[in-house]
Amino acid sequence: MNAKIIDKIATAIISLLVGVVVLILVALIGYILFTGLPHVSWHFLTSPSQAFLSGGGIGDQLFNSFYLLILTLLISFPIALGAGIYLFEYAPKNWVTNTIRVAIEVLSSLPSVVVGLFGFLLFVVEFQLGFSILSGAIALTFFNLPLLTRSIETSLSSVPKLQREAGLALGFSRWQTVLGVIFPEALPGILTAIILSAGRIFGEAAALIYTAGQSAPVLNFANWNPFSPTSPLNFMRPAETLAVHIWKINSEGIMPDASAVSAGASAVLILAVLIFNVSARWLGNRIYRKVTASK
Amino acid sequence: MRKISWILGVLIVGLIGLSGCGRRQSQTITVVGSTALQPLVERAASNFQVKNSAVNITVQGGGSGTGLSQVQAGAVTIGNSDVYAEDQDGIKASSLIDHKVAVVGITPITNKEVTVRNLSKRQLAQIFTGKLTNWRQVGGKNQKITVINRAQGSGIRNTFEKIVLNGRQPVQAQEQDSNGTVQKIVSATPGAISYTSFSYVNDQVRAVKLDNVSPTANHVETNAWPIWSYEHMYTKGKPNAQTQAFLNYIRSKKMQKELITDLGYISIHDMQVTRNRKGQILTDEKGV
Amino acid sequence: MDEIKRQLTKASKATRQDRYGKWIAFICTFLIGLLVVSIFYLVASKGLATFFRGHISLWDFLTHQDWNPGQVSKNGVPSVGALPMIVGSFSVTVLSAILATPFAISMALFMTEIAPKRGQRFLQPVIELLVGIPSVVYGFVGLTIIVPVIRAIFGGTGFGILAGTLVLFVMVLPTITSMYVDSLRAVPRFYREAALALGATRWQSIYKVVLRASIPGLLTAIIFGMARAFGEALAVQMVIGNASLLPHNLISPASTLTSVLTTGIGNTVMGTLPNNALWSLALILLLMSLGFNLLVRLIGRQGRFTK
Repeated sequence: MNAKIIDKIATAIISLLVGVVVLILVALIGYILFTGLPHVSWHFLTSPSQAFLSGGGIGDQLFNSFYLLILTLLISFPIALGAGIYLFEYAPKNWVTNTIRVAIEVLSSLPSVVVGLFGFLLFVVEFQLGFSILSGAIALTFFNLPLLTRSIETSLSSVPKLQREAGLALGFSRWQTVLGVIFPEALPGILTAIILSAGRIFGEAAALIYTAGQSAPVLNFANWNPFSPTSPLNFMRPAETLAVHIWKINSEGIMPDASAVSAGASAVLILAVLIFNVSARWLGNRIYRKVTASK
Repeated sequence: MRKISWILGVLIVGLIGLSGCGRRQSQTITVVGSTALQPLVERAASNFQVKNSAVNITVQGGGSGTGLSQVQAGAVTIGNSDVYAEDQDGIKASSLIDHKVAVVGITPITNKEVTVRNLSKRQLAQIFTGKLTNWRQVGGKNQKITVINRAQGSGIRNTFEKIVLNGRQPVQAQEQDSNGTVQKIVSATPGAISYTSFSYVNDQVRAVKLDNVSPTANHVETNAWPIWSYEHMYTKGKPNAQTQAFLNYIRSKKMQKELITDLGYISIHDMQVTRNRKGQILTDEKGV
Repeated sequence: MDEIKRQLTKASKATRQDRYGKWIAFICTFLIGLLVVSIFYLVASKGLATFFRGHISLWDFLTHQDWNPGQVSKNGVPSVGALPMIVGSFSVTVLSAILATPFAISMALFMTEIAPKRGQRFLQPVIELLVGIPSVVYGFVGLTIIVPVIRAIFGGTGFGILAGTLVLFVMVLPTITSMYVDSLRAVPRFYREAALALGATRWQSIYKVVLRASIPGLLTAIIFGMARAFGEALAVQMVIGNASLLPHNLISPASTLTSVLTTGIGNTVMGTLPNNALWSLALILLLMSLGFNLLVRLIGRQGRFTK
């Protein structure tokens, strides 16, 4: 049969399916923004939440979400990078390596509530970290590591072999080649991995309920001493993130405007993800240009 | 890269150590448990801390089971629970002290399109045990009854089964954990019935009368409305001074009047009856 | 002389650095391994207690349909039958993966082969946004839109495996897509060039060369997607109905391992049978995803494209 016609048909089917997905997303985002945005105001974004009166905001939760995200990435990225490099560059091809790979994939299927309880038993209770941002960040790290490691390894291995050979031929050690040649080239892929995991961190609730907690003590944004309990920077304080807040008001919220707050908070969360993605990509592209000397 | 991760590691470990030290200086009370009680305790805690700045109170949810097991293990100061510690498997109730802080009323709710306004206790039990399956059988229109039960082991389900079902097995049905989700599902599903605390009844769902008694706080106070339960705060052994002060603060007349009523609970001071764990009603005894 | 010899034969700075680097990288991997082992240990020790200390037979656990670990049934032991949840989890996971895979393949091909520039610019944010929507919101949208639509079309309550599948479909789509995009990019350029040079159309080169070269990558992507579906709790819980009944069709209320786990874990006391039974569910979840994983690896080995 006519190969060209088949080519056209296949392209059309692919485009159709892509169109359906885009449509789903547009409808979804549209629905969330349409129901949520009318409730978003400067007051809503900056004021603390209310337990049972209307007029509460999400200021503290918004800050907590970002703070937790940054802390989680600070902990999980170096570990995932190290593990990704090891699996890509050094790991011998034997059953141990295979077992580690399987283990990582299995780890990613753990329900987040189990990860949360593990974090609760080990860090909150055993190590006495209490309900804190730190416990939450560690729990999220567990949750984040498999996907991040896997994506970093894939990004590293998608760099053409020639580059690696060129690095080695110049007399670089394997470590130098990986860090100096392959890592910068793989940066866009790694960045995508980070952004995707950031999205999950933003949206995660179940793992945080037992670790970072679900109450937000009022923060004093003039207090920047990281050891004071009301300081936003203190990471030993309990912190409710935006996603946990949405979960909480959906499940037990009794304030009169619960559904409005929930819709508004969802809209803000989506916008926050969008803003984070755009800025991370912009920053990543700048770094990429700088380290690879491409225009 | 290596340097950066080293510096980071040292920084993190150092900060954990430092903030750990910093934390011990002020008195910390950790309250964990029942999500239903959480908003009340959270609110009371923030009011209490305004006056007692030396005390740092952390309030978290996690469920009654978590609250009880953690307070028993000594991991937290207070465990909030919707159920009596004696009724919870695996809890040695003798080591815990019960502080009842509020009463919560529970009412059956139906979808708004259900025309039935009143059920007898017997009918309600038959619906939840699966004997009655159509609204026509209780005087409504010809529509299938969709039962939405609450999570196994939750305080609200224990109370409901003890008082309404008298220990009979409920029909296998959908189960939901939280009041908010139940409210949403009932309001969205035709012919649905479930039960929830008074404060979650809104204009999206309809509360049903039981034997012609409407679910109001006044009726709970005299036990004319029989489905209610206590909210408990458990401590392991005698609480220390600060914890006792906090508990007294929640149980004080002023606090109960302001907060508890706002939140849709019923104050323990307004109750004209008390009920023991076995469900016997004691009328004359005052105090809890 | 010796001095020079020593200088010449000792490891260079780069070599030492390489060794350090290797160690650091190894330690990171080891950390993850340790983490997996300790989580596995925790889940297994609590999950196995149901059978060893609770004296529930494993066979009953896997094949019985009654889930009521809090109460003693007629024959003297609590009924702990996880079959409805196992069936429920299995169905939603497999169905959503089957539904999502063609969409994910299309998305990935569009982004890498058909319109790399435009596709990248528009679809990348689409995927990232889909990931960033919290599962509670998915659940809520499912409850307010998908469930009523299913009820209107098929009757019943609308809650059930179909609703769960549709919600999960949107949630696993970005995972499968983004991982598959990575493995499509890893297919060497000259494969495509060779195919095109032989006079193949774009679709022929995709279908005969690129797709086949990336099969192991696709399988891994699907595993990760299914893993996400397995582990998802909050969203599914809101739309599947959460009734521990064996589903007899796609629109009757059902439950999954995670939905029962999340609902019950806060209401039970650690160390008791009802709590351990929930950990047994978590253990099943782990073992099931392990099984899937090994199975797919086996299939992948059969169809592997040798480089």
